[in-house]
Amino acid sequence: MNHFSFIHISYLLQAALWTIALSLIAFVGGGLFGFIIALLRTSRSTALRRLASGYIQIVQGIPLLVVLFIAYFGLSIAGFKLSALVAAAISFTIYCAAFLGEIWRGCIEAVPKTQWEASECLGFNRFEQLQKVILPQAARIAVPPTVGFMVQIVKNTSLASIIGFVDLSRAGQIINNSTFQPFTVFGVVALIYFCICYPLSSLSKSLERKLNVGHR
Amino acid sequence: MSAIVSIQGLHKSFGTNKVLNGVSLEVKKGQMVAIIGRSGSGKSTLLRCLNGLEKVDSGEIYVCGHRVSDRDSIDLRELRKKVGIVFQSYNLFPHLTVERNITLALTTIKKLSVAEAQKVADSVLKLVGLEKKKEAYPEQLSGGQQQRVAIARSLAMAPELMLFDEVTSALDPELTAEVLKVMEDLAKDGMTMALVTHEMAFARKLADVLVFMHQGKVWEVGPPEELFERPKTIELAKFVSSEL
Repeated sequence: MNHFSFIHISYLLQAALWTIALSLIAFVGGGLFGFIIALLRTSRSTALRRLASGYIQIVQGIPLLVVLFIAYFGLSIAGFKLSALVAAAISFTIYCAAFLGEIWRGCIEAVPKTQWEASECLGFNRFEQLQKVILPQAARIAVPPTVGFMVQIVKNTSLASIIGFVDLSRAGQIINNSTFQPFTVFGVVALIYFCICYPLSSLSKSLERKLNVGHR
Repeated sequence: MSAIVSIQGLHKSFGTNKVLNGVSLEVKKGQMVAIIGRSGSGKSTLLRCLNGLEKVDSGEIYVCGHRVSDRDSIDLRELRKKVGIVFQSYNLFPHLTVERNITLALTTIKKLSVAEAQKVADSVLKLVGLEKKKEAYPEQLSGGQQQRVAIARSLAMAPELMLFDEVTSALDPELTAEVLKVMEDLAKDGMTMALVTHEMAFARKLADVLVFMHQGKVWEVGPPEELFERPKTIELAKFVSSEL
């Protein structure tokens, strides 16, 4: 029998890099689209608000797993053969955009109406209001829930293993299949996840202090 | 003296609630017009109509040459360069220093350079006696100081008309006095002002025209002394005796 050894750990660490890569893609892609969704969701046009809210409703109503299946298996039958990484990247971007969009909408709306009024009365147009007055304040409010969601995403990337993406969880499974030391293997896997997520949480705390959240 | 503000037959409802019910009023250049009345009499709404914060249902409003009653087709930005407004809740930008609160609109809207804007900020802060506080954040200031910064922020835009919406209602008497002092100085400098206030002594002493609003109408209007001493209607008489 194959014993859990240094080789396995290095394999796990490599897989962890894929977990981090997919997480980063999810943050960046989801963040970009999520920002647009949040802006649409708070726009003055009813049609745009409905469009964004429809998108959010649909994505939030479908399990991420099913989104992954559609992107990977569904699209391949439709003729688009995507690699596991691309399918996972698309799925996570779609998923994150909806959730971040909704989180950030809340943050934008949490800025008091009077701030819109005050800046409007000084002559700012809508874009200038957002850019100079509303978004800087919304960003402070957004730090804790955004980081909280990022931590969730790091852990949720493990779902991508279902379409053959070899991330940290999948690597753990593979090693366990040959070593039969689940407690050790998955213990190490858990530890690596923790090492990725913990810095994020503490980053959030220091950012909160720096940005003076709740200090208004 | 020319009219800076001219209002004719203004109507405004929120749903089924008629807030303004045929208001007509004029504010001439250099005048201080004080609007008094009970809560819900439409004073604040009237003020907010003047700079296009509220859409009107019918009637005509001209402010500094802009037909504000036709809110959708006028250049609101140009209007707002000429009309400053100060609110009860100060509404400073909490994420910016006092100086940035003042210079933000100058650099963004008036396109001044940072140095020019800072010069303007210095001069308006001096006017309100807060030149030492320009590096402070709003939360580090007292309510009275915040309100004075809010006034300075509006003044920095060099408006032709200043609107004050119950600016001292959130302040204790001592802080109220410091804000009223700033407004008194402004009036003496010839600023055209319209204010909604509960400070009867202040209105009586400094206003050129006193307006008593009741049920969405201008119930009585005239020199303050006359309105306070010889109210013509029972509503104003009751209001005056309850306020004094």
